[in-house]
Amino acid sequence: MDFSSLRFVDVTRTFGRRRALSRVSFTAEAGTITALLGHNGAGKSTLLSIAATLLQPTSGRVLYGDHPGNGSAVLRGRIGMLGHDLYLYPELSAAENLRFFAEIYGLTDVERRVARGLEMAKLIDRADDAVGGYSRGMRQRLAVERALIHEPRLMLLDEPFTGLDEASREALRQRLRMARAAGTIVILTTHDIAAIENLTDATVTLVDGRLVA
Amino acid sequence: MTGFVGAVSVIVRKDLLVEARTREILFTTLFFAVACVLVFAFGFVREGRAVSDAASGILWIAIAFSGTLALGRAFERERHGETLRALLIAPIDRPALYVGKLVGILILMAAVEAVVVPMVALMFQAPLFDHALLMIGLLAAGTVGFAAVGTLFAAMLMRTRSRDVMLPVLLYPITIPVIIAGVRGTAALLEADGLPMARAWLAMLVAFDVMFVTLALWTFEPVMTE
Repeated sequence: MDFSSLRFVDVTRTFGRRRALSRVSFTAEAGTITALLGHNGAGKSTLLSIAATLLQPTSGRVLYGDHPGNGSAVLRGRIGMLGHDLYLYPELSAAENLRFFAEIYGLTDVERRVARGLEMAKLIDRADDAVGGYSRGMRQRLAVERALIHEPRLMLLDEPFTGLDEASREALRQRLRMARAAGTIVILTTHDIAAIENLTDATVTLVDGRLVA
Repeated sequence: MTGFVGAVSVIVRKDLLVEARTREILFTTLFFAVACVLVFAFGFVREGRAVSDAASGILWIAIAFSGTLALGRAFERERHGETLRALLIAPIDRPALYVGKLVGILILMAAVEAVVVPMVALMFQAPLFDHALLMIGLLAAGTVGFAAVGTLFAAMLMRTRSRDVMLPVLLYPITIPVIIAGVRGTAALLEADGLPMARAWLAMLVAFDVMFVTLALWTFEPVMTE
């Protein structure tokens, strides 16, 4: 299964009586980076969770190309996600983390992908060290490669620039540009407007679950 | 896409690798189970003679309490880096994630039982190995039933703040039939003519296992994604 756009159509999501998203509609195309902006509680993470198929909209539709977001395993195999927590096992080494996720995704050329991931993350020298001993920047680089190891069509990043120094931010921006050039639909949330300057192709601003720009 | 068995195998290998690095769950549960048996031994063994029927109850209490510790810790690992979300997004059958965690916990509980059962047999002079196959069957079926429910609840409670308190509160009432069947089945094994009754309790445990595992497989995905 492949798709070249992600479309939210009147997506509403409620948690009990609280409305986290209210009739949100926008489209992100392949080969673009879209930033979701908004204050805490604006609904950015909920929107990412819906795009990742971890939550279902209360009403409205999410379309992956022409396919509905039914949360099938095949669809999930085309999605990569990086949360604020980095989805890494601190007890395992960088190579073991990448190998585990490559195997869970059922990839065939595991060792080649692990080697490439380590190279892209600039962690070849520390490949066998436990991730728990890495700096935030190193873990972030590894987490990005973990999320991209299966070459997803859709890449979702929740506050990816938080806690990074300028060098790590630039490395992340560079990696996201590479993903965009490869035709990935990149959607990221951030509070940090400066971090996405000259990076994004579109911005979507949420206020109290409503799309305002 | 990884098949069901392949995904289970990858998750079990990862859990065992993490455990081999930290030995956190094995050591804490083993220490707790051994301490539990020792405390009861001081209470129920007088002048080298154990109170009759005490061994089976103490064995299953040690298994249940130490198993609860293991269950809580097993999902704590997936909570720290929110790795559970990464696993839920992965293109695997989501019940495979449940089975993978369950198998990992069963292996750790089996390792604890390998120490605790001979210890109970020795300290309470209980001939647990006279019918070794039946004993192993009772242990296996009882552990599967207990861990099947516990794995589901531990996953469900992962994001709740009071999960350490809530897990036993939810787990024990549901698994009481399993624990009772384990205790009575083991006690029947220790009686002179108790074999038919032990087999009946084993059959009941297997029925519980089928019911609990089926329910857990059925409910895991909706519970974890909403």
